[in-house]
Amino acid sequence: MFEAVLLTVITAATPLLIAAVGELVVERSGVLNLGVEGMMIMGAVIGFAVANQTGSGSLGVIAAIAAGMAMSALFAVLVLFLVANQVATGLALTILGIGLSGMIGEAFIGVPGLDLPQLYIPVLSELPFFGPVFFQQDALVYLSFVLVAVVAYGLFRTRIGLVLRAVGDNHGSAHALGYSVVRVRFAAILFGGACAGLAGAYLSLAYTPQWVENMTAGRGWIALALVVFASWLPLRVVIGAYLFGAVSVLNLHAQALEFDIPSQLLSSLPYLATILVLVLISANRRLTLVNTPACLGKPFVPDR
Amino acid sequence: MKSLLKTTVAAFALATLGTAANAADVKACFVYVGPVGDFGWTYQHDQGRLAVEEKFGDKVETAYLESVPEGPDAERAIERFAREGCNVIFTTSFGYMNPTIKVAKKFPDVKFEHATGYKTADNVATYNSKFHQGRYIIGQIAAKQSKTGTAGYIASFPIPEVVAGINAFLLGAQSVNPDFKVKVVWVNTWFDPGKEADAAKALIDQGADIITQHTDSTAPLQVAQERGVHGFGQASDMINFAKDAQYTAIIDDWAPYYIERVQEVLDGNWHTHSSWEGLAEGHVVMAPYTNLPADVVEMAQATEAKIKDGWEPFTGPITKQDGSVAAEDGVRLDDGAILGMNWYVQGIDDKLPE
Amino acid sequence: MRLELVKRKEHSQAMALLSPLIAVTLTALSAAIIFSITGHNPLVGLYKFFIEPLTQQWSLEATIDKATPLILIGCGLAVCYLSNNWNIGAEGQFVVGALFGSVLPVLFPSFENAATLPLMLLFGAIGGALWALIPALLKTRFNTNEILTSLMLVYVAGLLLDYLVRGPWRDPGGYNFPESRIFSDAATLPEVFGGMMSLAAPITIAIAVILAVVLAKTLKGFEIRVMGESPRAGSFAGFSAKGLTLFSFALAGALAGLAGTMEVSGALNQLLPSISPGYGFTAIIVAFLGRLNPIGIIIAGFVLALSYIGGEGVQSAMGVSNEIASVIQGLLLFFVLACDTLILYRIRMVTKRSTSAEASHV
Repeated sequence: MFEAVLLTVITAATPLLIAAVGELVVERSGVLNLGVEGMMIMGAVIGFAVANQTGSGSLGVIAAIAAGMAMSALFAVLVLFLVANQVATGLALTILGIGLSGMIGEAFIGVPGLDLPQLYIPVLSELPFFGPVFFQQDALVYLSFVLVAVVAYGLFRTRIGLVLRAVGDNHGSAHALGYSVVRVRFAAILFGGACAGLAGAYLSLAYTPQWVENMTAGRGWIALALVVFASWLPLRVVIGAYLFGAVSVLNLHAQALEFDIPSQLLSSLPYLATILVLVLISANRRLTLVNTPACLGKPFVPDR
Repeated sequence: MKSLLKTTVAAFALATLGTAANAADVKACFVYVGPVGDFGWTYQHDQGRLAVEEKFGDKVETAYLESVPEGPDAERAIERFAREGCNVIFTTSFGYMNPTIKVAKKFPDVKFEHATGYKTADNVATYNSKFHQGRYIIGQIAAKQSKTGTAGYIASFPIPEVVAGINAFLLGAQSVNPDFKVKVVWVNTWFDPGKEADAAKALIDQGADIITQHTDSTAPLQVAQERGVHGFGQASDMINFAKDAQYTAIIDDWAPYYIERVQEVLDGNWHTHSSWEGLAEGHVVMAPYTNLPADVVEMAQATEAKIKDGWEPFTGPITKQDGSVAAEDGVRLDDGAILGMNWYVQGIDDKLPE
Repeated sequence: MRLELVKRKEHSQAMALLSPLIAVTLTALSAAIIFSITGHNPLVGLYKFFIEPLTQQWSLEATIDKATPLILIGCGLAVCYLSNNWNIGAEGQFVVGALFGSVLPVLFPSFENAATLPLMLLFGAIGGALWALIPALLKTRFNTNEILTSLMLVYVAGLLLDYLVRGPWRDPGGYNFPESRIFSDAATLPEVFGGMMSLAAPITIAIAVILAVVLAKTLKGFEIRVMGESPRAGSFAGFSAKGLTLFSFALAGALAGLAGTMEVSGALNQLLPSISPGYGFTAIIVAFLGRLNPIGIIIAGFVLALSYIGGEGVQSAMGVSNEIASVIQGLLLFFVLACDTLILYRIRMVTKRSTSAEASHV
């Protein structure tokens, strides 16, 4: 029973985790991209469309990543080169993504998804070490953990990570030291777009293998919340994503077990929990100041 | 530059004239609450609209607005159609009730048809279908096929139609197995594939081996297929999404109603009414019975035939969850009691949300 | 060779006027291309989308009606954003305001007199302000990120409304359907002109104009702008950052709450499980398109509303899908945001040699 619940939690948490890790990198570089939902839904539709046309799930996943990156590039051009407001541009990206995905997806409504055996990693899933919980997972679940590990290592143990954090914390100094703020941020935004696209592909290819309009149903927004919930630390994103996944799944289990609570109260728990955690972390000044990218949301134009 | 402007203006004029020129005898317009691509509620209404186009050809022109939020946007959408010369306007969500009534007062010559509501006027009719008839049949199938004796029911919102559906399902199941159980999960949405899938998984994990739903996506059936349990399609035939898992589906078929009413507008004998029909009239259709042994198919077909002959699933004895009597033996509930149902029948493993 | 932005010494007046025009032209061109690709007559499409709504009284009124909540919420948000307070939870403040504003007509339906409407509007403003003060207080007290807390409270507000409308506030005579009782005439905002819009529109315009004057001419307006541009300078001048955070959130919440109450009173006449098609989020875009200036916001709100009404027009007349309308809307926003850059910056071409020369200079 516990095992079964855990399996459900993993599938619910994985898209949140992938998208949130991407956004974390973006925000660490000092950029706030509120368009996660728009990039995610584009990943979902393109991933499904390509997988459906080519019969290859892997190609679908790659196409979804490319779609997320293309959307994020649009955002990057606006906020980096044209110095447009990040909040407004991100919201516009979401509107555009939802509309565009609906247009592209029209032909794929009511078409069943593929079985995607190639998404499974045979070697890993046969390892007894990971326990039964990890036997039945698809490649993207493993990939999500690899992603977290790479981001955590990259951010704090490599020069690239150091530069990225420097750019996010103080773009003026980073620029003065000779780093190209715009180039670093562009790369970070593209990475975020790739992750959002991948998260979208997880929805339309693995979670519920089909395309329907608005199928992301607000998950991009939750991913945004997760980044702050995790106080911009990759490993905490894992905890956050699984906590969010767990609360929403347990909500359903609690009902089937007949707890007498209004379902709206249960549904609001993840959001209230996020606020509570936000308060707890930010009340601890040391933690927040260390991890919050100081230049988050601020535009950068080198003065000449 | 000036001549370019002139041609543009001329083109606009031509273009607008062009659209007005191919006037049909009747214009039928539809306001949808979801995208036509939801493969559920709105999709089925749009199939009905397409059937009207096919049936009448050039005689009838149709138009639609999709994803229209309930509230002032709906009122504006309906008013737009009334002003643009629509003769009959179908408004296909419960939340469109008051806007429909409001606009109808302003346009007495336009006919309005509101789905699932209860307010009528001289130029406002209502229509709905007896989906609970289909739910009684799938309840019987569930009780026959389940090994654990438990079904999972994914429910959207505790409105009368959904409650009646749950009750009809359990009454059908109890007619086969009096101890049959149904677990209900409220997802508080009509449409969220991910959440519906999670709900299906939760129910299966708690021992349900039959999944049924009153939400619109195909996700629960896909989960059933993946987990090797069974389920039923909702609103449209979802067999393509669950070849081995779907036993049958309760299909909303709006085409006969739309064709009938548009015909009446064409003939000039449209009158207001409250239409509430079911299997007999073809407004509710059972998809082919699949993945079932022959005796169960026979049972389902027999029940279907009985209902088509006029038998009502909500016929006593029916006992409410609190033990009081809802209908004595042989007494059938009247339409009002079914349309306003806010109580569970005995045997449901859930407390009705207040 | 590459392109580079160079900051202008001061705002370009010419570009301030030209940039919206360039943006609309680019949108129109893209829209024409989209119409052609999807097999529709681009000229008819453009006409239906951008011009037809302006040619009839009812559609003009409908546009103003649609713009009203966007403008009112956008004005409040502008004050937040000018002072560097990132309130993106106006959607929730709109909903809670509507709930407070509905207390009288839902729980005390017999309270019908001349005071009903003013009291409702007052309650609505208070409700929105209280909901907005939660993230503001968390920010001033615990330094919690207001973007996220205000966003989370949007979902909580929506679920609260859902609970009330399906539970305690359900219409006793409504067959258990999820809706409150219908408001009495005394609780209904009167219609004006042709009936497509309510008194909310003139009230909103008045508030926007007053706010424009306050921002431009008063000490409070000066405080807001100074604290936004340079909090350090502001604190030397004796302004309190925390005080301004509370003030701007409360004001934005009050205006959103007022908008919510006017929406349920003037347009819906009752509470429903969902009372806003995302006004609180769209208003964020309106605030920026209007360059955080109340008069600009009036124009931006009208243009955005036009894109909704026009989008419906092409859908109904040409069978174009709703998605095309929202793609065009998204493009319009992108072009406006991009072109606005030209006001503050000018673009110049840089050749490789001059860059390397400059780089060595640094």
